[in-house]
Amino acid sequence: MTLKHLSTAAALSVLFASQTFAAEMTVVSFGGAYGAAQKKHMLDPYTAETGTKLLFEDYSGGIAEIKAQVEAGNIQWDVVDIEVIDLERACSEGLLEVIDPATFPKGADGAAPLDDFIPSAVANECGVGNIVWTIIYAYNEETVGDNKPLSINDFFDTAKIPGKRAMRKRPQVNLEWALIADGVARDQVYEVLSTDEGQAQAFAKLDTIKGDIVWFDSWSQVPQLLNDGGATLGQSANGRIFSAIKEDNKPFQMVWDAHIYDLDVWSIVKGSKNKDLAMDFIKFATGTKPLSGMPDVAYGPTRKSSMALVDPAVVPDLPTSHLDEGLKADGIFWADYGESLGEKFNEWLLK
Amino acid sequence: MSTGNPAAVEKLSRREYVLAQRELRRKKMFALALVVPLLLFLFFAFVAPIGTMLYRGVYNPVVAELIPDTLQALEQWEGQTLPDDAVLNRLALDLKRLAQTRKSGKLAEEINRHWPGASSVIKSTARRMKRQTDEALLNGGADMIRVANKKWQRVEIWRAIKKAGQVYTDGYYLTALDLERNADGDIQQRESAQIYIKLYQKTLWMALVITFSCLLLGYPLAYYLANAPSKTANLMMILVLLPFWTSLLVRTTAWIALLQTNGVVNSTLMALKIINQPIEMLYTEFSTIIAMTHILLPFMVLPLFSVMKGIDPSLMRAAQSMGAKPISAFISVYLPNTLPGLSAGALLVFIISVGYYITPALVGGTDGQMISNIIAFHMQQSNNWGLAATLGSLLLVLILALYWIYDHFIGASNIKLG
Repeated sequence: MTLKHLSTAAALSVLFASQTFAAEMTVVSFGGAYGAAQKKHMLDPYTAETGTKLLFEDYSGGIAEIKAQVEAGNIQWDVVDIEVIDLERACSEGLLEVIDPATFPKGADGAAPLDDFIPSAVANECGVGNIVWTIIYAYNEETVGDNKPLSINDFFDTAKIPGKRAMRKRPQVNLEWALIADGVARDQVYEVLSTDEGQAQAFAKLDTIKGDIVWFDSWSQVPQLLNDGGATLGQSANGRIFSAIKEDNKPFQMVWDAHIYDLDVWSIVKGSKNKDLAMDFIKFATGTKPLSGMPDVAYGPTRKSSMALVDPAVVPDLPTSHLDEGLKADGIFWADYGESLGEKFNEWLLK
Repeated sequence: MSTGNPAAVEKLSRREYVLAQRELRRKKMFALALVVPLLLFLFFAFVAPIGTMLYRGVYNPVVAELIPDTLQALEQWEGQTLPDDAVLNRLALDLKRLAQTRKSGKLAEEINRHWPGASSVIKSTARRMKRQTDEALLNGGADMIRVANKKWQRVEIWRAIKKAGQVYTDGYYLTALDLERNADGDIQQRESAQIYIKLYQKTLWMALVITFSCLLLGYPLAYYLANAPSKTANLMMILVLLPFWTSLLVRTTAWIALLQTNGVVNSTLMALKIINQPIEMLYTEFSTIIAMTHILLPFMVLPLFSVMKGIDPSLMRAAQSMGAKPISAFISVYLPNTLPGLSAGALLVFIISVGYYITPALVGGTDGQMISNIIAFHMQQSNNWGLAATLGSLLLVLILALYWIYDHFIGASNIKLG
């Protein structure tokens, strides 16, 4: 009898619990100024419109946490902002739900969704593009000296531009830059980098500046390093430098040559209890208006129709205005070589 | 009186003896019941995770579960020439099934570990096979696979598949020791990258340096604390413990503020005209060592203090009154008496620093990295949990071995924590 009561009570409480939390969902992204822009233009308007409560959490990228949740069957996250470089892997490992962008709302100008999104925003079946962002390098005008850096070659030229270079401690982007600075054509970088000779060439080029590199792990360190003189040049996500210039009036300049751009997408963790709600949120968040708020932090919107709503003064600072100077990060290449080059990179660091 | 006395036991009648034994058993059971929660906790929080970690390092069933048919067909294959069409047909079927259930990425990741570049080959081929019927694949799958990607003509990818298909493997342990098996199955030095042995050496070296610096700073401090008037000693003790109560992250970040290029230390030195150029201190081995010494210092001071507190001050006076100079009195009387606290502190600091992660990750830069950072890399970025588990297991073995050596030569019963 007691057992029966107990189980009824348990069932009831589960029922109540699921009812109370039905309109609640966890959205995960990268935080910082970018997260604030997403909150302002995507999450808050969605909550205002639908009444759905959104828990907004930060993470630092990668697929380890998603993998752990899916493998343990304990899904905590519903919607996740993923870099395309990780998306390819997460998707083919079955960690994400499939999303069909054809069912998404039309653009504000009436364009069909598949015409409105830029092609790479809907290239993967597990996510829909949210921003175009890029990795550039920046310098501090006050500490750089008389010679101003202009190209990626200058980044590797310690005679022309003396001083420390801040680079993120990972093979991605660094190896691409090394090859481009060593004369490899931009469209052949990944082909060359998939050969042993190409990898050796990239590391040899990195060797020439090894003593001048300051390594960092988080994008937030770069504006600080440039500011306090810890580094003269610094590799950075463009939005971080942009907000340091605009909000904090720092004397920083960006160099767009050979910037390596990528997309962030919204995706849904496989097995999410709020799958329909999550889909509804992504449809909303990738609408023309919410996307047009992303240039607040100098990230390009992934819908063409959003550009009409963007402040023209910001447009020159968007990665989408510099695509011809840049290189698209190759997610498939890094899925192939991320681990082996990661090991080689660590070996090279220890040398 | 006591039950341990055989004479007393003899005086008990048989019945009394049985009753006494029963009572004793009951008490034991009660005591056991009291510690059951602790034992359960230890099991779930300690024994089980370490057990799974050790197991994960040798047990890798993923590939065997994903492509059982292909592996069975590959069993007879010698590994010198390309496998025949029957094998390729099976693989085509397996790949189709995986593409439909969206598991091809899992397979790709595992194979890619043995032959970098295989990931995209497997995923793109699987996508192509998805569109074919089972019939067509069973008869002509081999050709389709060869057309899909020319890398299927390389014998290396087949060796990688066969190798990854082993359910029980020593591969992770070999990798963790910078070794690998060549095509003939012989063990040789790893060709692609050799980092792990070097990192283990470096980790042990840094842990030693940190332990030694903690000792150097902690011993005089503990001596002072133990011999100061209790009012001063209490105040000083709070100062020792205060950083202990502050968040680890705060303390590490404070070191960043102190050591950075234009940080407090450099500005002070420049203002005092001791140096003209800022010294690079942050993101080096030096910064890892100094920050970790600071963080681990209380672990050295506390056991030393409690042991020193118990040493009778008259011992030193006696030694000196018998003609020993202060230094020799210290070496032959005081130091041996503090050995239990000293070894406890040194062991604590050493073992904690061997597995330390946060501080080297934040202030270590390039040359201040330790083995824990590469374990985190394999957990978070490369998702090679098997290798991460193996590296962790080896670390555990290493520490147990060091503990055994310590116990063998000095004796673990000497350790005194307080």
